[in-house]
Amino acid sequence: MTSVPMTQSSATESPDDRGSDGPYLQVEDLKVTFPTQDGPVTAVSGLTYSVEKGKTLGIVGESGSGKSVSSMAVMGLHDTKSAQISGSIRVGGTEVVGLSEAKMRGLRGNSMAMIFQDALAALHPFYKIGGQLEEAYLVHHSSASKRDARRKAIEMLDRVGIPQPDRRVDDFPHQFSGGMRQRAMIAMGLINDPSLLIADEPTTALDVTVQAQILDLLQDLQREFNSAVIIITHDLGVIAEMADDVLVMYAGRCVEYGTTKQILTAPEMPYTWGLLSSIPDVGASTDARLIPIPGNPPSLLRPPSGCSFHPRCVHSDKVPGDLCRTELPELVPASSGTAHLKRCHLADPVGVYTTEVLPEIAPELVEETR
Amino acid sequence: MTQDPNARAEIEPTEVGANAAETGDRQLTAEHSPETPDAYGSHEIGIEDLDFATLAEQGHTATKLDPLAPAVLSVDNLKMYFPVKSSGVVRRTIGHVQAVDGISFEVPKGGSLGLVGESGCGKSTTGRLITRLYKPTGGSMMFDGHDLAKLSAREMKPLRRDVQMIFQDPYTSLNPRHTVGTIVGAPLEVHKIVPKNQVLKRVQELLEIVGLNPEHYNRYPNEFSGGQRQRIGIARALTLNPKVLVADEPVSALDVSIQAQVVNLLQDIQSEFDVSFLFIAHDLAIVRHFCPEVAVMYLGKIVEIGDRETIYGKPHHPYTQALLSAVPDVKQAAVGGRRERIRLEGDVPSPINPPSGCRFRTRCQFAQEICAKVEPPLLQIGQRHKVACHFAGELGSHPASPVTTDLLGVDDQGSPVAGATPTNTQLTIPGYEDTWYDLKTKQTTGV
Amino acid sequence: MFAYVVKRLISGVLVVTLVSMAIFLLFWYGPSSPAQPICDRETSNRCTQAKLAVYEKTLGYDNPVYEEYGKYVKGIFVGRTLTIASNDYECSAPCMGVSFRTKQPVKEELVSRIPATFSIAIGGAFLYLLFGVPIGVAAARRRGSVADKALVSSFLFISSVPYYLFALLTWLYLTITFEVPFFSDTGYFPITQDGPFKWFSGLFLAWVALGIFGCTQYTRFTRGAMVEALSEDYIRTAKAKGLPTRTIVYKHGLRAALVPVVTIFGIDFGTLLAGTIFTERIFEIQGIGWWSLEAVQGRDLPVVQATALFSAVVLIISNLLVDVVYSVLDPRVRLS
Repeated sequence: MTSVPMTQSSATESPDDRGSDGPYLQVEDLKVTFPTQDGPVTAVSGLTYSVEKGKTLGIVGESGSGKSVSSMAVMGLHDTKSAQISGSIRVGGTEVVGLSEAKMRGLRGNSMAMIFQDALAALHPFYKIGGQLEEAYLVHHSSASKRDARRKAIEMLDRVGIPQPDRRVDDFPHQFSGGMRQRAMIAMGLINDPSLLIADEPTTALDVTVQAQILDLLQDLQREFNSAVIIITHDLGVIAEMADDVLVMYAGRCVEYGTTKQILTAPEMPYTWGLLSSIPDVGASTDARLIPIPGNPPSLLRPPSGCSFHPRCVHSDKVPGDLCRTELPELVPASSGTAHLKRCHLADPVGVYTTEVLPEIAPELVEETR
Repeated sequence: MTQDPNARAEIEPTEVGANAAETGDRQLTAEHSPETPDAYGSHEIGIEDLDFATLAEQGHTATKLDPLAPAVLSVDNLKMYFPVKSSGVVRRTIGHVQAVDGISFEVPKGGSLGLVGESGCGKSTTGRLITRLYKPTGGSMMFDGHDLAKLSAREMKPLRRDVQMIFQDPYTSLNPRHTVGTIVGAPLEVHKIVPKNQVLKRVQELLEIVGLNPEHYNRYPNEFSGGQRQRIGIARALTLNPKVLVADEPVSALDVSIQAQVVNLLQDIQSEFDVSFLFIAHDLAIVRHFCPEVAVMYLGKIVEIGDRETIYGKPHHPYTQALLSAVPDVKQAAVGGRRERIRLEGDVPSPINPPSGCRFRTRCQFAQEICAKVEPPLLQIGQRHKVACHFAGELGSHPASPVTTDLLGVDDQGSPVAGATPTNTQLTIPGYEDTWYDLKTKQTTGV
Repeated sequence: MFAYVVKRLISGVLVVTLVSMAIFLLFWYGPSSPAQPICDRETSNRCTQAKLAVYEKTLGYDNPVYEEYGKYVKGIFVGRTLTIASNDYECSAPCMGVSFRTKQPVKEELVSRIPATFSIAIGGAFLYLLFGVPIGVAAARRRGSVADKALVSSFLFISSVPYYLFALLTWLYLTITFEVPFFSDTGYFPITQDGPFKWFSGLFLAWVALGIFGCTQYTRFTRGAMVEALSEDYIRTAKAKGLPTRTIVYKHGLRAALVPVVTIFGIDFGTLLAGTIFTERIFEIQGIGWWSLEAVQGRDLPVVQATALFSAVVLIISNLLVDVVYSVLDPRVRLS
C-alpha cells in the first residue's frame, strides 16, 4: 500500500491586486419584479455591484434575499414574458438588459457561465457526461468537429481532476459520485473559457472534505483563466476563505458591501451581525453564544415598511423616533472607508458592535483586547 | 403563482406561524430552574410557565457536559449489514454493504452525543438502528433494561414511545395530506395514552412548546415555512414523552438564521424535559455547540470518540484532524486566503469491500504495514477519549512506531508475537473506564 | 438485461397458463353446463337431458377437469381430435378448440382476423401519436395562455364522453348525416383482395374516431410530462449553456418527457392489439374484438377461451416490451 502524500495549501495573493481595465461585470440599480396571483413581487431592488477579472465576489443571503434571482438576471435566465428587469447589467462592456435573446445566447455558456447547487438534478440524466460537455462546446464553436469537441471534453474532465477521463467521459451522471459530478459541472461551465463564472451554492450539498477540494479547484481555475467569479452561498466560512469582496443581501436589497475583511471583522449592519451571531464557529470558545435572528425571513409579497430588516432587528430601539419603520435607509459608506457600504440608520454601529455583539459571539477576542 | 420557476425558489410562503407576540402574554422567566424529575422516566412533558418561542430566540451557550450522568442508551458492537444480491435469474446474496460494523457508545441521560462523519460513514444508518427502523444484524442496544436489538416488533411497540426520531427534510417528512393536528396527535392515538377527548388539548400544548400557534392545528404543512415544519416534526417526536431523541440532520435543510432558533429550541427542550439526544449531523460547528460529547465515524466504524474539547481541540485520529482542517473558518477573513489544511487523496472506499485492517489506511499519510494487517481497536487514551489508530497522536506529533503493539500482542509490522499475551482484552466497551492507556507514558493510568 | 428478459418470459408463461386455467375452470364450473350452448344450437333449442348428456360425454365434460385441461394443453402443442356429438373434427396444433357456431378450428378464424384488428390499432395509434404529442408539447410551452386553457378544457370534454358513444356519433355523422364520399363504406377489405385504396378507405373512419379520441388523451399526457420536464433543473442548465430554444425543448425536454408517455403507450397499444370491440362493431370491421363479442353473445365457448388467451399473451408481451424500452430510454434504470 503506497502512503499517500499530503500537501499543505498556501495562502493566496494579497487582496490588493487589482485587475486591469476596470470591472468585467458591472451591475447598476438592478430591479427584478415578477407578477404573481397575489400581486407583483419585487425580488431584487436597487442592486449595484461590480466584479473584476481575477477577483471573487461572495454574495450572502437566505431564502428571499434575491441572491439567486439577481445572478440569473445577469445570465438572462428569467422568463422574459413574466419577469420585468430594469437597470443596467454590463458584461465585458455589453449591456445585457434588453439584449435580444439571440445575442444573449451567444454570451451564455461562452463569455459567462453559471454552475448550480445540485449537480445530479442540474445534469440531464439521460445523456452521457461527455455528450453534455461536447454540446456546451459545439454550440459556441460551430465550426469544430465532433472529434475536437470530444477531445476538449476529455481535456476539461482531466483539468478538473476526474481520474481516467477518457473512460469516464462516456458515463452517465448517476454513475459519478457527488464530488465528481460537481467537478463535471464545473468542467462544463468552464469549457469555453468564460470571463465570468457564477457559482450558485456550488458546495452546499457536499461533504466537508469534498467541499474543500472543490473550492481549491475553483481557485486554481480562476488563477489559470483569470475569470471573474461570483460565489453565492450562505456559508460565511466559505466566503471568508474564497471571496475578495462580499455583498450581503436581504429582502432583495444590498444591505452591506465591502471587502471580506471589512464585512467579517468589522461589520456595520445588524443583519450581518445576526448572521455572525447565529452561526456557530468550530474554533470559538464554548462561552460564545448562539444568538438566532428572531422571526422569519420576510415575505416578498408584503415587505416590511421602511427598513426591511426592522421587524427582526434587536437594535432598532437605538434609532430615535420611528425611523427604522418609516424610512428605508440609503446605502452609505461605513466608517472604515468609502469602499465599505451599509444600509442602516444606526448612528454608531461600530460602538454597538464592539460593546454588545462581539462579547457575545467571540468572548475570547474581547479578552485579548483588554 | 408566478410562472418562472427561478422566482419560486426565492419567494417564501406567506407566514402563518406564531412569533412571540402571538402566543399570548406568557412571561419569560430568565432564571427558570427545571423541576427535578420524578422517578426516572415519568416526567410529563407539559407547558408550565415557559414560553419556548421567546426562549429559543435568546442567546444560548454551548451545552455543558455532565460527567456524572448515567447512560440511558448503551450500544455495544452494533452491526448492520445490507445484503447485496447478484444479478441473473437466481438472485443470491453475493456480499454485504457493511454500513455499520461494530460500533459501541453511550448516550448519557439528559445529555447529547454527536455523531459526525461524511457520506457513507453509517451515521444515518445508526440513527435508524437506534429507533429500530432497521433490525440490527448484530450487537446490542441496551435501553431501560431491554436490548432493543433483540426485541420483536410487538415487544418493541411500547418502547417506541421512548425513542423517537426527528428527520432531516421538513418538506418531505411530513405527510402533506394530514393536518398538523393529525400529524402531532397520531402517536397518541396509536399508543392510546390519552383518552380521545384529550388529544386536541395535548396537541395544542405541544405546538406551544415548539413555538407555534396552537390554533393552527387544522392547517396543512404546506402553509408553513421550513423552520416551522421542522418544529412540527419536533412536536410530533415529543408527543409521547420520549427519553431519547435521535435527530438526523435536524437543521441542515433550513435557512441559516432559522437553524439557530431550532438548535436553541432543542437545547431548551433537552434541559427542561431531560431528554437525551443522539445528534447526527455533518455540520461540525453545530454539533460542537450542541453536543458535549462527539463520535467521529468513517466507513461504518467509530474512529474517535470523546468530549468536545478533546475532539475539537486535540484530535488524535488522522481522519478527525483532516475533517476539522477542511471546515472553512470565518476567522480566516482577518488573515486572508485559504486556511492550511490536510488534503485527503482519493475517494471513500466501497463499504461492500472495505479495506482490511484499518479502513482509513488507503487515504492516511501515516499508514504502515500494521494498519493493513490488524484493525486498530477503539482504545481509551484519556478520561473521556477513545481513538482507533495505531499511530494516534496530536497533530504534528504522531508516533513513528505503533502504540498498540503491546496491547494486541503483535510486533511493529502487525504479525502476532509468539507467546505474547494481549494486555487489555476488554477494549471496546460502550462507556469509559476509570483507567486508560496514556500515550505519552505508555502506561495504564487512572483517575 | 438478458437475465431480466428470461425471467420475465418465464413469469409470462406462468401467467398465461394461469389465465387459461382460470378461464377453463370458469366455464367448467359455471352456472349451466358448458355443453348447453352447443346442444341448444344443434337441436334448435330443443335440448333434452338425454341429448345434453351425449354432448357432455363426447366433449369430455364428464371427465375430471384436470384431465380435460391436460388434453387441452396437449392439443395446443400437438393437436387433437375433438368430438361433438357424433362428429369428429380434426384440430391441428396449436389447437384452440372448434367453434361451436362454425365448426371450424378456432385457430384459423383467429389468424384471419388478426390483420383487421392490427390495422385498426396501428393506424389509430399512428394518428393519435402524430397529433397528440406535438399538440401536447405546444400546449406545455404555452402553459397558462388562453390557447392552452381552451385546448385543455375542450380535450377534457371530449375524453369524458364514453368512447363507444364518441365512435358511434362519429360514424353516424360522417356516414349517415354527411355521407362522406369514399370513406362511408367502412369495413375491413384485405389489401391482397381489394387493393390498398379500398383497405385504406374502409378503415379510415375508424382511424379518425380512434385517432381523435386517443389524441385528446395523449395531448394531456404529453403536456403534463412536458410541463414537469421543463421545470427540471437540467433545463435551466441547458439555457445557461446558451443552447437554442429548439434544442432545449426537444433534445432536453421532450426526450425526458417521452419516457412516461412511451410507457403508457406501450400498455395502451397492447390493449388495442388485443381487440377494439367498440370500434370494430360500430365500423363493421371483422376483427378479433367483434368476433369475441359475437362469441360471448352466442355462447361459443372455445372462441371466448381463445380470444381471452390471445389478449393475455398480447398484453404480457407488450408489458415486457415496455419495461425493456423503458430501460433503454432511461439509463438510470438498467435492468440487470
